[in-house]
Amino acid sequence: MTSPSEGTQLPPLDVEITRTLIVAGAIASRDYQDVHHDPDAARAKGSPDIFMNILTTNGLVGRYLTNHFGPHTRLHKLAIRLGAPNYPGDTMRLTGRVEQVDGTQVTVSITGENSLGRHVTGTAVLSTTPEAYADGDAGAGTDVDAGVGTDGARGVDER
Amino acid sequence: MPEEDDGRQLAARERQLAAYERQLKAYEGEPAAVAGIAKDPVDAAMIRHWCEALGDTNPAYTGPDAVAPATMLQVWTMGGLSGPASRTDAYVQLLALLDDLGCTAVVATDSEQEYVRPLRLGERVTFDSVIESVSGRKTTKLGAGYFVTTRTDVRCGDGELVGTHRFRILKYAPRSPASPPSPATHLRPRPVINRDNSGFWQGIRRNRLLIQRCLACGTLRLPWIPGCVECGSPEWDTREASGAGTVYSYVVMHHPRFPAFDPPYAVALVELAEGVRLVSEVVDVPYDKVRIGMPVTLEFRAYDDELTLPVFRSGEAAA
Repeated sequence: MTSPSEGTQLPPLDVEITRTLIVAGAIASRDYQDVHHDPDAARAKGSPDIFMNILTTNGLVGRYLTNHFGPHTRLHKLAIRLGAPNYPGDTMRLTGRVEQVDGTQVTVSITGENSLGRHVTGTAVLSTTPEAYADGDAGAGTDVDAGVGTDGARGVDER
Repeated sequence: MPEEDDGRQLAARERQLAAYERQLKAYEGEPAAVAGIAKDPVDAAMIRHWCEALGDTNPAYTGPDAVAPATMLQVWTMGGLSGPASRTDAYVQLLALLDDLGCTAVVATDSEQEYVRPLRLGERVTFDSVIESVSGRKTTKLGAGYFVTTRTDVRCGDGELVGTHRFRILKYAPRSPASPPSPATHLRPRPVINRDNSGFWQGIRRNRLLIQRCLACGTLRLPWIPGCVECGSPEWDTREASGAGTVYSYVVMHHPRFPAFDPPYAVALVELAEGVRLVSEVVDVPYDKVRIGMPVTLEFRAYDDELTLPVFRSGEAAA
């Protein structure tokens, strides 16, 4: 296992922006704004098609981080800003970089690029120690001894 | 003089806009939601739907001791299809004021969340929200608009803070519908051509408006039909319309909307000089200027490679 260190690049994650993902994400976040499911309504509001809502983007960034740092990861802060919209048919590539490590706290910058440019830029503060999650699911402690890092994250990815 | 008028109008609009913006600013610090209560407690089904949608397989989100994904913080406060129940009058008024300014569309631009602790199954959050700031008018790719930032404190139980959520939206005036269903991309309906009327449409293709004439009694008829309504004779030939006519009657179509047409538009019943009538369009006159008795002149207009139609222009024939 490797502890996160400043300057570490997270392996990129490509997310296919399907119509299904946009609509499912909007509904799972209880966001019924028509621009996230109704192409005609989106066009009437100046958008060429439906586009992903911010809660889904936020959730994908969260998934990217916790998959990488492992199930014990606890997010403390996540701040994102949206730019180019995620339209159906595009692919967003999430990348991240460890900016700062302060004890157990890790600051990560995140970028999500699609064919139009930067969809999302953001900063997360998280902690990766097992105790960060110690009051959680005891079953998730199986790899406590191994620590939590990229190895743990790989385990999650393969599930 | 028109320039002076434009200048005065511009100044008046600027003043009006400035007055609006002062009103907008006055909402800063006002509550946006007071004592909001989540419509449902944190539950396994909503977490599962979220994880399925986002492809999140983190085992921490399943099982009896599951926690909710941190990024679901805002989800628990959402109004859903039935709408937000806890919005204050101040926030509703602010949004209405922005609508008045033409900023009817909305996108979220920023989300800044702090998570104090994970939420667990069965917990029901409460929340209070404040309007932190309203920006001045900004020009964006989407259109001109205003950024509105709210901050929401999310609590559990006796008021224990579990997270805060800052959210920025852009309320904007859409520039124009993106790629609207433009008339150019929608073809006009095709005429139904059969044995009885094919001669009429062949004439139209050669820019001739042909009227049927009964060979037995000389009665003219349009549209084309197999026999004479006066004498019953099936024998006929044609004569070409002179092209002169008058508007016998008309209607203005507002609804329903057909893709190839741009309502409102006038549909005219034109009486030709020969005495027969034809439903068509007066093409060079605004829909509300078409009048009964208006003299019109026939012309042929090609709408696409395959369709030419007889239409009418206002006025007597020049020749």
